Amino acid sequence: MSDTYDTPDTRDMLDRTRQGVIGKPLDRPEGPLKVAGTATYAAEYVRENCAEGVLVGATISTGRVKKIHRDLVMAMPGVLGVYSSERMLRRAAQGTAGEAPEQDVSKVDFPMQPVALVVAETFEQATNAAKALQIDYDDQSGDAQFMPQDVDAEPAADPITAGDLDRAMRDAAHSVDLAFTTPGHASAAMEPHAAIAEWDGRDLTLWGSLQMLTYNVAELADSLGIDPKHVHLLSPYVGGGFGSKLGISHEAVAAAIAAKELDRPVRVVMSRQQVFQSIMRRSETEQRIRLGCGTDGRLTAFGHEALVSNLPGEEFSEPVTQASEFLYAGENRLLAVRKSDITRLTAGSVRAPGEAVGMQALEVAMDELAEAAGIDPVELRKRNLPDEVPGEGTPYSSRRLVEALDAGAAAFGWNKRSAKPCARREGEWWIGMGVASAARVNILAKAEARVTLTADGHVIVETDHTDIGTGSYAILGQVAAEMLGQPIDRTTVRLGDSRLPSGAGSGGSWGASSTGSAVFLACEAIRATLAQALGCASDDLLLQDGKAWAEGVEPRPVTDLLSEDLTRTGKIEPGKLMEKVNQSTYGAFFCEVAVNAFTGETRIRRMTGAFGFGRVLNAKTARSQCIGGMVWGIGSALTEELAFDSRDGHLVNHDLGEYHVPVHADIPDMEVILLEERDPHASPIQAKGVGELGICGAAGAVANAIYNACGVRLHDFPMTPDKLLADLPDPFAPAA
Amino acid sequence: MAQRPAARLSVNGQSHEYHGDPRRSLLDVLRLDLGLTGTKKGCDHGQCGACTVIVNGRRINSCLTLAVMHDEDEITTIEGIGTPDALSTLQAAFVAHDGFQCGYCTPGQICSATAMIEEIRQGWPSAVTADPADKPAVAEAEIRERMSGNLCRCGAYDNILAAIRDAMAQTEAAR
Ligand code: FES
Ligand code: FES
Repeated sequence: MSDTYDTPDTRDMLDRTRQGVIGKPLDRPEGPLKVAGTATYAAEYVRENCAEGVLVGATISTGRVKKIHRDLVMAMPGVLGVYSSERMLRRAAQGTAGEAPEQDVSKVDFPMQPVALVVAETFEQATNAAKALQIDYDDQSGDAQFMPQDVDAEPAADPITAGDLDRAMRDAAHSVDLAFTTPGHASAAMEPHAAIAEWDGRDLTLWGSLQMLTYNVAELADSLGIDPKHVHLLSPYVGGGFGSKLGISHEAVAAAIAAKELDRPVRVVMSRQQVFQSIMRRSETEQRIRLGCGTDGRLTAFGHEALVSNLPGEEFSEPVTQASEFLYAGENRLLAVRKSDITRLTAGSVRAPGEAVGMQALEVAMDELAEAAGIDPVELRKRNLPDEVPGEGTPYSSRRLVEALDAGAAAFGWNKRSAKPCARREGEWWIGMGVASAARVNILAKAEARVTLTADGHVIVETDHTDIGTGSYAILGQVAAEMLGQPIDRTTVRLGDSRLPSGAGSGGSWGASSTGSAVFLACEAIRATLAQALGCASDDLLLQDGKAWAEGVEPRPVTDLLSEDLTRTGKIEPGKLMEKVNQSTYGAFFCEVAVNAFTGETRIRRMTGAFGFGRVLNAKTARSQCIGGMVWGIGSALTEELAFDSRDGHLVNHDLGEYHVPVHADIPDMEVILLEERDPHASPIQAKGVGELGICGAAGAVANAIYNACGVRLHDFPMTPDKLLADLPDPFAPAA
Repeated sequence: MAQRPAARLSVNGQSHEYHGDPRRSLLDVLRLDLGLTGTKKGCDHGQCGACTVIVNGRRINSCLTLAVMHDEDEITTIEGIGTPDALSTLQAAFVAHDGFQCGYCTPGQICSATAMIEEIRQGWPSAVTADPADKPAVAEAEIRERMSGNLCRCGAYDNILAAIRDAMAQTEAAR
């Protein structure tokens, strides 16, 4: 069954089916393998005679490789080869590129860019030889620019303008005009990038850690100059992606080239430092936000401008103002992003590109406007939800932002917040509360899946879709089991093999709704066949626990209706609905912090999130996506920051000891409220995405809580103690 | 004369002799030589905890130690804690509470927590124990502090804590 999604499916099929597994908080089917250590990740496949490769990074910022002194390392014990070729990658591919990124490692685009691969019999030998490898460079770093402020930035897209922002700001009863900065961020997925490549004649098998196999096959084949039909990718378990594994990167192409040359399998695992230095960063941003409202708190002026950066030649620019396009009212608008070309590693998608950093600044600005206008920040947000997308006139599909704010406020106890800062003190700690909205665009992507109902009543779901921790194994099985009326333990989901039908891939929060819809459509086709065999209309067919019946038709075991395995493929493509209706996802964050009155240290005490993102497919895995996003928000608010050297553009804090992701002790109790919602405009399963929503705005709630606690307003993330310290109130003064 | 093995390791009750490259970390011997890939490599620098194993009852980062330093040591890896068909109480609690997402930090979290529960039982103090002379309270702050060497980029911390608490309660009740 194939469907370009042009008209909303309002049948709510999954509410009429009988199996009762959809949405349930079921355990992940692959859970036992993961907790017992038997789920196999890219580097862990046993291939006979596998050689080990280690990448070597450039020690200049930009320029050319003049000479690689191979001979010395070739004489070292166990060394098999030193590779540096026109086909090896200078940069990782951007998400959904579907073609080779910049190749040819005789050029150097940024510091520590991989320029060679050393392969040896063992990892220790390869590591040692890689360290010993001498390379002569033609260093052209003198011409390079490393700071985004030092170059003339170009518009990343046409600005969105309406009315007269300057004038509306002048006329506004209350206004704020604020400058924010957010630093670069790293995905820092726990599993470093890894690949094992093995050739059989012209056919390449590559075990990799990848998010989007259909695109990755095309990218790898193009990089190697071979037909995609000769590339077989396997990525059944992925140790986190967060954007960093959307496209093919250095290790996969290098492993394939070396394996071909050596005629034996080659494994290349990037070190943690190499992952930080050479895959992708989220761009730092400078943002200016101007908001103006009348005495009633209604926005009349809305300006959001940003400066981001990337390497010369990269099209991607962090879409900082993405949610600003649709979230709040304000008839006089200016939204604009400019991009500087600088010499730092490639900027690309890191979890929730755009909203992750745009929303955290916007939500602080809203808090400041609320204070200026003397309106409760929850109320100010509720007053500013437009009826249609400002300037576009596009209607909204489902938007449960008011419900999220209300439900979150009630669960959190928002009414106990004092509007004035420094009102609550416990020992050395100032205590405060903050709120922020969550918003994230929703996308339906092209997807295909195959479902088989076996003659003995098992359900098998197959697609090259991946599960990067998102819950794909769980939810795709739940959709199929629900549609075909089989118990979940008779359902098997096979993922992460490029020979299976093309799923949407994991990224952009679109995996569940897109590939889930493909599974749904395949199941609809199977249901049609079953209905025919039973002698009823498809929509009247009832299926549960392996039985089929209809109004007035006696129940029969489904297996009686099957003479052989029944296999159908479902396909979905985005259609007119994506353009005609704004289908974004929404939520609200509430956060309580304690700020140390003497040291400026911030501790998160508790956090509540309420989210509406269409149909919940599995309440357990959806909640996990939300808490994961909130943890990222806390990191972004308090600790995460890529530091680049202004003299040569190199990434200074390239490991987990220096780039501080939140740890257990940083994370408080988290409460997540999942709002029931159906969005028939988004997908035939009425579901939307949730993988990124939980981060979009979360850091704003933390920042607002810090202000409410101690009265210090910061606009430069992360909000580390050194920044707070100078402005902290007298620690010995009594609470206001 | 027969060469003395570089190290005799007892891993999950099975003994192995390691004669290989003395530069090899315990982590790489487990993963590459013994095929015990349940122990993960997240950083190779003692910064993430993904490689946590239990050596003579204590949790350590196996990337920060050489295999040849473990002659005669008893090593327990995630494979020795339970199998998919026979999960330990803690492993089962991780599944029930969704104490993971991608699963890559998970074996390290579980090995670490398994040893940590014992440390609390034996009364070892931590940085957040009010009085080191007292037995530590089995409180959330204690668990969070003691588990902070195990990073989870998926951010499953809230669920990991719930799983650990649940497993501790179950084990206490069974005592
Ligand atoms: S791999 Fe050992 S601590 Fe990260
Ligand atoms: S489950 Fe992915 S890092 Fe913890």
